[in-house]
Amino acid sequence: MATTAAPAGGARSGAGPEWGGFEENIQGGGSAVIDMENMDDTSGSSFEDMGELHQRLREEEVDADAAAAEEEDGEFLGMKGFKGQLSRQVADQMWQAGKRQASRAFSLYANIDILRPYFDVEPAQVRSRLLESMIPVKMVSFPQKIAGELYGPLMLVFTLVAILLHGMKTSDTIIREGTLMGTAIGTCFGYWLGVSSFIYFLAYLCNAQITMLQMLALLGYGLFGHCIVLFITYNIHLHALFYLFWLLVGGLSTLRMVAVLVSRTVGPTQRLLLCGTLAALHMLFLLYLHFAYHKVVEGILDTLEGPNIPPMQRVPRDIPAALPAARLSATVLNATAKAVAVTLQSH
Amino acid sequence: MAKAAESSGDPGTTTPRPLMRDLKAVGKKFMHVLYPRKSNTLLRDWDLWGPLILCVTLALMLQRSSVDSEKDGGPQFAEVFVIVWFGAVTITLNSKLLGGNISFFQSLCVLGYCILPLTVAMLVCRLVLLAEPGPVNFMVRLFVVIVMFAWSIVASTAFLADSQPPNRKALAIYPVFLFYFVISWMILTFTPQ
Repeated sequence: MATTAAPAGGARSGAGPEWGGFEENIQGGGSAVIDMENMDDTSGSSFEDMGELHQRLREEEVDADAAAAEEEDGEFLGMKGFKGQLSRQVADQMWQAGKRQASRAFSLYANIDILRPYFDVEPAQVRSRLLESMIPVKMVSFPQKIAGELYGPLMLVFTLVAILLHGMKTSDTIIREGTLMGTAIGTCFGYWLGVSSFIYFLAYLCNAQITMLQMLALLGYGLFGHCIVLFITYNIHLHALFYLFWLLVGGLSTLRMVAVLVSRTVGPTQRLLLCGTLAALHMLFLLYLHFAYHKVVEGILDTLEGPNIPPMQRVPRDIPAALPAARLSATVLNATAKAVAVTLQSH
Repeated sequence: MAKAAESSGDPGTTTPRPLMRDLKAVGKKFMHVLYPRKSNTLLRDWDLWGPLILCVTLALMLQRSSVDSEKDGGPQFAEVFVIVWFGAVTITLNSKLLGGNISFFQSLCVLGYCILPLTVAMLVCRLVLLAEPGPVNFMVRLFVVIVMFAWSIVASTAFLADSQPPNRKALAIYPVFLFYFVISWMILTFTPQ
C-alpha cells in the first residue's frame, strides 16, 4: 500500500511544479492582448477565479479517481497496480504538454500586438488623410508618400457597410439566400481585400514600389468618395445627380489613387496597365453599388406584374416637389433596372 | 463571484442565493445604463448575462411573424446575434489597438449593456406599430429610436471614454456610433408582415 501510494504522491507533486512552471511561462512570454489568464483584471466575477475553481474541482476529481483506482489496484497483485500508476503518469504528462502547447499557440495567434503600430493615429491625421484622398497630386516624378495605417481604411469599409445596409433597407432588396448584413459585409470587405490583393499582384508584375499595407491603405481611403456618393444618392433618388457625383467625386478619388501609383511606377506600359485596371475597377464598383442595391424593386415589379399598375404607385419616397423629375427618373431606372433585375433574380 | 462559488460548493447551501445575487448585479447594471454617470461598476464587476438577455430579446422581437414569405424568421435571429456579438468584438479590438487599457470582457460587457435603451425603443416601436400605419407612426418611431440611439451612445461613452488616451477618444467612439446606428436602423425599419 505504501509503495503504491508513493508513486501516486510523486505523480501529484510532479504535476505541481510543472503546473507552476506553465504559469510562469505564460505570464513572462509576450504581451498578448487577449489573454484570458490576465491577472490584473481586477473584477469580481473574474475568469481566473472560475478557472481556479475548475482546476480545484478537477484536481479533487483526479485525486478521488486516483484514490479509487488505488483501492482497486491494491486488491490485485502489486505489478498490475504499478502499471496503472505508470499509465496514469504518462497520461498526465501528455495532458500537461498538450495544454502547454495549446496555450502557447493561443497566446501567439491571439496576440494582436502585431497590428498595434498600424492603428497609431491621431484624429487630426485621419481627418487630413480623408480630405487628401480627394485631392489628386500633381507631382508624379518622385514617389508619393502613402501613410501605412489601417484604422482609417477599416472605419471607411465599415461606414460603407452601414450605408449599403441603409440603401438596401430603403429599397427593400430581396436577398433570397443569405442575409442583408452578410451581403453588405461580404461585398465591401471582399472589394477592399480582393482588389487590393489583385492590384498588389499587378504592381508586383509591373515592378511598382508599393507594399501590401500601402495598397490596402490607399484603396481604403479611396472608398471615402464612394461613401459620400452613396450616402447622398441613396437619399436623393435622382439619376442625373448620381451620374454627376459618380464622375466628379468618384473620378477625383480615382485620380488621386492613379496619380500615387503613377508616381511609383516606371514605364508607360506598366503605368497604363496598373492605373487603367485600378480606375476601371474603382469606378465600376461605385456603379455596381448604386444600381445593384438601389430601387431594383421597381424593375422586378414591372417584370412580374406587367403594366397594369399605374406608374404613380411605383414612384420612390421622394420630395413631392420633385415628383415629375422622379417619374422621369423612375422610367429611366426601369429601363436600366430590367437588365439588372434578371441578374438579381437569379441570385 | 468567488464567494458565490464557495457557497455553492458547501453542502448545506440553497441554490437561489447566488442566483439572486447575480440577478441583483444585472439589475444594478441596468440602472447604471439608464442613468449614466461616470462610475466603475460596469467595468469592475463585469458579467455577460445582461448582454445575452438583451441580445436574445432584441433578436426575438426583430423576427418577422410571417411564415410563408421568402424572408423567414431564421436569418433574422442569427443576423441580429452575429451583428451584436461580432460588432462588439470588433469595437473591443479596435479600442485595444488604439491603446486603451480596458480588458476584452469589460468592453464586451459595457457595449452589451448599453443596448438596453435600444431594446426599450424596440418595445415602444412594436407597441406603436399596433396602431394604424402612416407618416405620423413613422415620425413617432423615428423620434423614439433617435432618442434611444443618442442615449446608448452617451451611456457607452461615459463608461468607455476614460479608458482611452485623451486625444483619441473620437477614434474609439466612432465605431461605437456605427454599431448602434446599424442596430437602430434594424429597429426602425422593422415591420411585422
